[in-house]
Amino acid sequence: MSNFINGLLRLRRGPWEMLATIIIAVGVFMLMQPFVIWAFTYSFITTLVGTVMFIIVSHFPE
Amino acid sequence: MSDRTIDRVAAATPPPVARKIRGLSDRAIAWIFVAPTIFLLLAINIFPLIWTIRLSFTNYRANRLTREPEFIGLRNYERILTDSDIWLNMQATAHFLFWTIFFQVLIGFTLAWLINKKFKGNDLWTTIIVLPMMLSPAVVGNFWKFLYQPQIGLFNYIVSFFTGKDPSSFEMLGQVNLAPWSIVIVDTWMWTPFVMLICLAGLRSIPDYIYEAAEIDRASKLRQFFTITIPMVLPFLMLAVLFRGIENFKMFDLVVQLTGGGPGSVTELTSINLKREAFEKWRTGYASAYAIILFVTVFGLASIYVKALNKVKER
Repeated sequence: MSNFINGLLRLRRGPWEMLATIIIAVGVFMLMQPFVIWAFTYSFITTLVGTVMFIIVSHFPE
Repeated sequence: MSDRTIDRVAAATPPPVARKIRGLSDRAIAWIFVAPTIFLLLAINIFPLIWTIRLSFTNYRANRLTREPEFIGLRNYERILTDSDIWLNMQATAHFLFWTIFFQVLIGFTLAWLINKKFKGNDLWTTIIVLPMMLSPAVVGNFWKFLYQPQIGLFNYIVSFFTGKDPSSFEMLGQVNLAPWSIVIVDTWMWTPFVMLICLAGLRSIPDYIYEAAEIDRASKLRQFFTITIPMVLPFLMLAVLFRGIENFKMFDLVVQLTGGGPGSVTELTSINLKREAFEKWRTGYASAYAIILFVTVFGLASIYVKALNKVKER
């Protein structure tokens, strides 16, 4: 866990890509879940943030 | 004679054209070759994408060409993301996605594990199993429609043989509770071989010496399966899940052929709903916003897919 946080602080690609992947997965889940409509409403912005983040952080150093 | 690319191209070109080519640098020649592809990519992919983004902020209707589209900001996105009917379509898509992937992984992995054992007729069985994957979705949709016929369909007769129910007492494509399962069954039948092939590649990439070392350590077959086979096939399985997830999220042809989105809208997946909004209701601006939402979702999933693919490559 501390490695992950260190990686985030030092702007390393691995942990940031992991974070972006989690945000995308959460966004997709929010889009398709059958429980609450507010999650569906905010799903698009979550997925968009995750996707843009993924594009940016994939240019970070290893 | 010089070995420059430009000279080799010039040597293979008629003299008048060659004289012109000799005046160009290697970089310029490279651009000449790449330019048609870049142009096509821009014209067919990038321009429509940018145009769709632009339209998604307007109330444009493609069937009213004389009316000037008005800029309405994020209203289309707001409407879509608060519409409970679209939320239900998303849930229908989620049901389809979850169960198709679940069955495809389960059956695909089991088949791959069995095919990986060396036995007589191994290649023949592999060919027979991958046949459904090679058929056109339109053809598959049509013949499964016949198989699901309550009066003459083979599927109903097989179910009645095992359950004792009257074959005409249920209608796979016409009943609200059965229709979502009917499309899951067909997609599983068609695409399980694909998952099987990916799992088979994963299983064949495991070196024998790992199992031999485990045998020496007296690890049981079950232990070998859970500590060697599953972890080493997992990246391949991830790849199959993501690929099928992306493909099934965009599923259109098979479901249109089978149920057309019905009965009611229980099998109306997002892509079918999108087509209705765009080409039946002609709400082009609204449909563009809808398409952008689906595009961002698929793009996000594809990013994860590429990452998983790179991980597999690193192995």
